[in-house]
Amino acid sequence: MKEISPNAPASAKLLNWVDNRFPLSKLYNEHLAEYYAPKNFNFWYVFGGLSLLVLVIQIVTGIFLVMHYKPDAALAFASVEYIMRDVPWGWLVRYMHSTGSSAFFVVVYLHMFRGLIYGSYRKPRELVWVFGCAIFLCLMAEAFMGYLLPWGQMSYWGAQVIVNLFAAIPFIGPDLALLIRGDFVVGDATLNRFFSFHVIAVPLVLLGLVVAHIIALHEVGSNNPDGIEIKANKDKNGIPLDGIPFHPYYTVHDIFAVSLFLMVFSAIVFFAPEFGGYFLEYNNFIPADPLKTPLHIAPVWYFTPYYSMLRAITDQMMYVVIACVIAGSLLMVLKVKMPSFLKPAILIAGLGLVLMMWNIDAKFWGVVVMGASVIILFFLPWLDFSPVRSIRYRPNWHKYLYAVFVFNFFVLGYLGVQPPSAIGERVSQVGTLYYFGFFLLMPWWSTLGEPKPVPERVTFTAH
Amino acid sequence: MSDTPVDNSKRTWIIASGCVGAVGGAFTAVPFIRSFEPSERAKAAGAAVEADISALRPGEKMTVEWRGKPVWIMRRTPEEIAAIPTNDPQLADPKSLRKPDEFTPVYARNELRSIKPEILVVVGICTHLGCSPSDRFQTGPQPSLPDDWKGGFFCPCHGSTFDLAGRVFKNKPAPDNLEVPPHMYLSDNKLLIGEDKNA
Repeated sequence: MKEISPNAPASAKLLNWVDNRFPLSKLYNEHLAEYYAPKNFNFWYVFGGLSLLVLVIQIVTGIFLVMHYKPDAALAFASVEYIMRDVPWGWLVRYMHSTGSSAFFVVVYLHMFRGLIYGSYRKPRELVWVFGCAIFLCLMAEAFMGYLLPWGQMSYWGAQVIVNLFAAIPFIGPDLALLIRGDFVVGDATLNRFFSFHVIAVPLVLLGLVVAHIIALHEVGSNNPDGIEIKANKDKNGIPLDGIPFHPYYTVHDIFAVSLFLMVFSAIVFFAPEFGGYFLEYNNFIPADPLKTPLHIAPVWYFTPYYSMLRAITDQMMYVVIACVIAGSLLMVLKVKMPSFLKPAILIAGLGLVLMMWNIDAKFWGVVVMGASVIILFFLPWLDFSPVRSIRYRPNWHKYLYAVFVFNFFVLGYLGVQPPSAIGERVSQVGTLYYFGFFLLMPWWSTLGEPKPVPERVTFTAH
Repeated sequence: MSDTPVDNSKRTWIIASGCVGAVGGAFTAVPFIRSFEPSERAKAAGAAVEADISALRPGEKMTVEWRGKPVWIMRRTPEEIAAIPTNDPQLADPKSLRKPDEFTPVYARNELRSIKPEILVVVGICTHLGCSPSDRFQTGPQPSLPDDWKGGFFCPCHGSTFDLAGRVFKNKPAPDNLEVPPHMYLSDNKLLIGEDKNA
């Protein structure tokens, strides 16, 4: 028990009472007032805080939507229209939630990109990155299940397609799909369980992961655009020389970013909530009809890059994939230093994979590739062998590789929105190869070239 | 606390932005809180209800639903009407003076608590805890009722009794007379429950 002077003001006595029983001041200091973040953060560093803001927006608007929404296949669509037309301010809450859903992905993609270019995933921050990838997976599940709830044509058929992805798994697929759906087709049973997952299960998991993500970050301290460890240079009090307390510097800095974000967010909510059919798809204003698929099905924009990769895996493409597996196994055995007993193991694994690819439909491998395109992100900390962390000090041509990666991601996304075409198929096949090549060959290309000298202290000019 | 002297211009800006932020917060909170209010659908469902009393015989009571509650419309016989004032000494609030704005609209502030002397219009919900009282139109001694019972209503939940003007008897759990809902006559035989000329 810490004693406090009886002459102290009442507020100080109250705080002392709480601090003796709960680490309130300790938490405040460790995570805000005495959490020293690098002073050279640039605008790429606002997206973490913005992600947190959008999470709160989604939860609050979600709570109010659930007051009026009916999770029943016969009532769901009408209940959304009821919210839009009859509930006081219902239209605003609904548009905030739908815009927030797309905003979440914009913000999270930018947040991940920052991690990619500044090497924020590297030692000792691998776990921060892994928790983040888990958050991304949960976010995709959450968005997908939320999209079923309005029970429009896109909701229904999108769910049908995605659940059928699981049916593509050999042997267990159809039973697994039956288990997920709770019925022989996507129906009321599916809607009800997706409602439960979307409203309760996944948000709880998301909240837990976000807390873990931030705790892991605070344990090692934030990275910065120069990629140098500020804890390497501390003053006599143990405070990093290039560190500034998160509160008030970055809390205030982030408030500025929040206000800019809210301006753009509000402009969309009030003036263009459908965003040309990308945030609220036109086909979803038609009630679900199990007997009629819309002419043009595409997933929501934030899934389209992965969707392109799924579509790119055709029977023809499988030959290319098999060739890559053979080449990859041979390269690994010949070039990578490893204990000699592993080499035959790798060759056998490669051969096994080739045999499976030869005998199982491309449909299944499309699903595998789509899943792998997200899972590969988890492994990034162990693929990057560059001696320097941040893109600022990498050889210049590395920057072009990253630029092409971003351009490729956009192209894959664009192609995912378009209906299938011969040219589109070719381009997305090349794009898929580049996407996977960027990651799988990173242990090799990240070591190439002459990095620039990394400074001792961060580059910062007062402003 | 820090040793540096207070920078007043910074402090002014912090307070100013704080105020603007608080205003923004209030503007944001209002739609969420107002979404709790009844929706257009609920308001439409709570709209006034018409009742046709042409087939209502003397001594007969009919029930219509308004806002989810039973509303009793009773055509009282001349004997029943004559007996109503004799209940006054045994009533808790014979002149309906308690909370008149809640229970007794202006046009019902009379001995018989109605616009037309024969037609009683009351919400059939006991003012104690909300059960719906049952009819006890037969006069004279009966179980749970006094020997000089002149007809009225008896609530089975906790034993409150009301006369044929909906007024509560003394020393019963219910504190108030039965509520007279807003109502008006569209014609001699057509009642509108839920709206009156003041609305």
